[in-house]
Amino acid sequence: MHDAAQPMGGLGWITADEDGHCFAPLLPLTVRGLCYEAGGRNLVDGLDLDLGAHGISMVMGPNGAGKSLLLRMLHGLISPTAGQISWGAAPISPRVRQRQALVFQKPVLLRRSVGDNIDFVLRLRGRASPGRRDELLSRVGLLGLANQPARRLSGGEQQRLSLARALATEPEVLLLDEPTASLDPASVHLIEGIVAEAGRSGVRIVFVTHDIGQARRLADDVVFLHRGRVAEHSASQDFFEAPASEVARDFLAGRIVL
Amino acid sequence: MAFALVASGDGDLYEIIGLSLQVSLTALFASCIIGFGLGTFIAVTRFPGRAVAIITFNTMMGLPPVVVGLLVYLALSRSGPLGVLGLLYTPAAMIIAQTILITPIVTALSRQIVEDLFNEYDELFRSLSVPTLQAMGAVLWDARFSLITVALAGFGRAIAEVGAVMIVGGNIDHLTRVMTTAIALETSKGDLALALALGIVLLAISMTVNALALSLRSTAARQAYA
Amino acid sequence: MSSRLFCAAVVALVSAGALSSASAQAEDKSIIVQSTTSTANSGLYDHLLPIFKEKTGVTVNVVAVGTGQAIKNAQNCDGDVLLVHSKASEEKFVADGFGGPRTDLMYNDFVIVGPPADPAGVAGSSDAAAALKRISDANALFASRGDDSGTHKKEKSLWKAAGVDTAAVSGKWYRETGSGMGATLNAGIGMGAYVLTDRATWISFKNKGDYTIAVEGDKALFNQYGVILVNKEKCPSIKADLGQSFIDWLLTGEGQKAIASYNVNGQQLFFPNAPTS
Repeated sequence: MHDAAQPMGGLGWITADEDGHCFAPLLPLTVRGLCYEAGGRNLVDGLDLDLGAHGISMVMGPNGAGKSLLLRMLHGLISPTAGQISWGAAPISPRVRQRQALVFQKPVLLRRSVGDNIDFVLRLRGRASPGRRDELLSRVGLLGLANQPARRLSGGEQQRLSLARALATEPEVLLLDEPTASLDPASVHLIEGIVAEAGRSGVRIVFVTHDIGQARRLADDVVFLHRGRVAEHSASQDFFEAPASEVARDFLAGRIVL
Repeated sequence: MAFALVASGDGDLYEIIGLSLQVSLTALFASCIIGFGLGTFIAVTRFPGRAVAIITFNTMMGLPPVVVGLLVYLALSRSGPLGVLGLLYTPAAMIIAQTILITPIVTALSRQIVEDLFNEYDELFRSLSVPTLQAMGAVLWDARFSLITVALAGFGRAIAEVGAVMIVGGNIDHLTRVMTTAIALETSKGDLALALALGIVLLAISMTVNALALSLRSTAARQAYA
Repeated sequence: MSSRLFCAAVVALVSAGALSSASAQAEDKSIIVQSTTSTANSGLYDHLLPIFKEKTGVTVNVVAVGTGQAIKNAQNCDGDVLLVHSKASEEKFVADGFGGPRTDLMYNDFVIVGPPADPAGVAGSSDAAAALKRISDANALFASRGDDSGTHKKEKSLWKAAGVDTAAVSGKWYRETGSGMGATLNAGIGMGAYVLTDRATWISFKNKGDYTIAVEGDKALFNQYGVILVNKEKCPSIKADLGQSFIDWLLTGEGQKAIASYNVNGQQLFFPNAPTS
């Protein structure tokens, strides 16, 4: 019911094979003139962005730059007040969203066992099987905890479970909203490994982070946001070695950016 | 006196206890089917008039049993619209009355509990594009242990009310006499000691049901989630 | 594991509840009697009905409410037989075509019970109207049914004979409980008020406290019970044959003897007076 507002019309060109997999590519992503207004302020303010078909894009920027809002609009959880988002040639819709997965900063786990959290998604996508579940759990190192209540896991384990659940949907695009923000270094390391592996296997990754080291470790390219716009979008090496914008230089140097 | 009453193994007493449980548990079951469904639907969906529906159900939690009894009597009376069914003065009529009485309680309380949980799940479900029906099923299932308390609230109201079952059941010996109407009858006979003893038995039954439900909840819930 | 346990518990609860919904209604050979409370609360039916059931196999289900309520329920076709004690109302019920004929069944009498202190000084009187006048003059508390029952109707006619307008003093010394005989006795005894009650209810009442009968023996306190079969033409659902068989049994030798033989603590509560045909 909460999807009712999303228009399904105009997508007639998306064709599906017998398994329901769509052919029309989601990428490249084109964002034009994107705005999001709340409380009389333009939190996202005429943002343009182009993302290519492959790789890991790290989205960085100071607090309030609009990183999380951008991610949610890309996923269709909130609607922009103006502007256009095109995944391939399609606007965001439930069909497009089903080919993406979003990992939240604070894991949202069902009040069920670890295994049942995975099964819920597999069943939703019509792909339930014990083998598939166990494979996903072992990929994130949680196979031994399959029967534990999900909400009793540690923070790091919970986020790994969120990742496994996101991967269970076999997304073409994986969106991550500061998934390691409050985790210890070992957990961060584990999660970065899983994300990097997913990226190598061909999943397009858009990863919001505050952590400069993390961005350096993972990024193919960096999108730097400032005041609701893209201040700089460059390849990883260029960004960290010679940032073109002043705000990015200040940010990397640890100076206060407002 | 209460203990002597139970210990005496009076067949009539067991019959009355049995009917009380049968009527109230059946009414509770019907209310849970309706109320959990309705409460979850209101919790998970957004529709015009939703706020009105919430206020209405919250208000109806305070429905006076006598009024419910009167309405059901008027409906089930031979001269009423449903008179042909011949249900007046049967346990079925009492079940109907108690179902009407406690369905708003089950609906309103489950709506609150399910909505609280659904608010946690909402973004995830939207991200996964979970269809409404499946979302309702999932959140209802995950809230099931909290909903036991809701069911107990409904059961407590049903087993303790006298106004509705008295009118639609008629307190007929061996047919529609339950604990509360028997207590009312003994009180009107002036046999206050027996009435009080029956009251204590009623409390003991409620306590047993509550204890069973809560121990089920704690053992099962421990395995399910923190 | 947990879900299986949960399901098992739910199934157990449900089957416990649903098991016997059918069993209660299985019995078809039964009638419903809309009755006054005194006959039920005094235990008369517990005495009569097993005898009748033994003989005919018919179950008699008694709904005991005030006479006024019983008549209304019967008018709604929610009973096969009406057994009450307010002759004027019964005759109106018959005249309006809701049932009939009406036959005298049995009688006893009303009494006025009061506290031992006897604030109105009516103890030992056998003139009901005069006693009520004295209660009124003394502003002594009086608890009335106030529920349009047979007893209430009798009481109102007695106040009329005494020339007292109770409407003007309702809520002062005249207290209308709006409930059944037993509840009114409980309330009246609790507040030290005089109460008009039928003798059968009084004798079998177990919460008398230190109350005694103050007024009895007045012809005006005569309490006649009547029995009426509900009209099948108005109420097609009525089980006229079974209802009539119950009435016939009550009115003839065996039923009348059974009524006479019922006693509480050696006191006969009802006196059969059906017309001998």
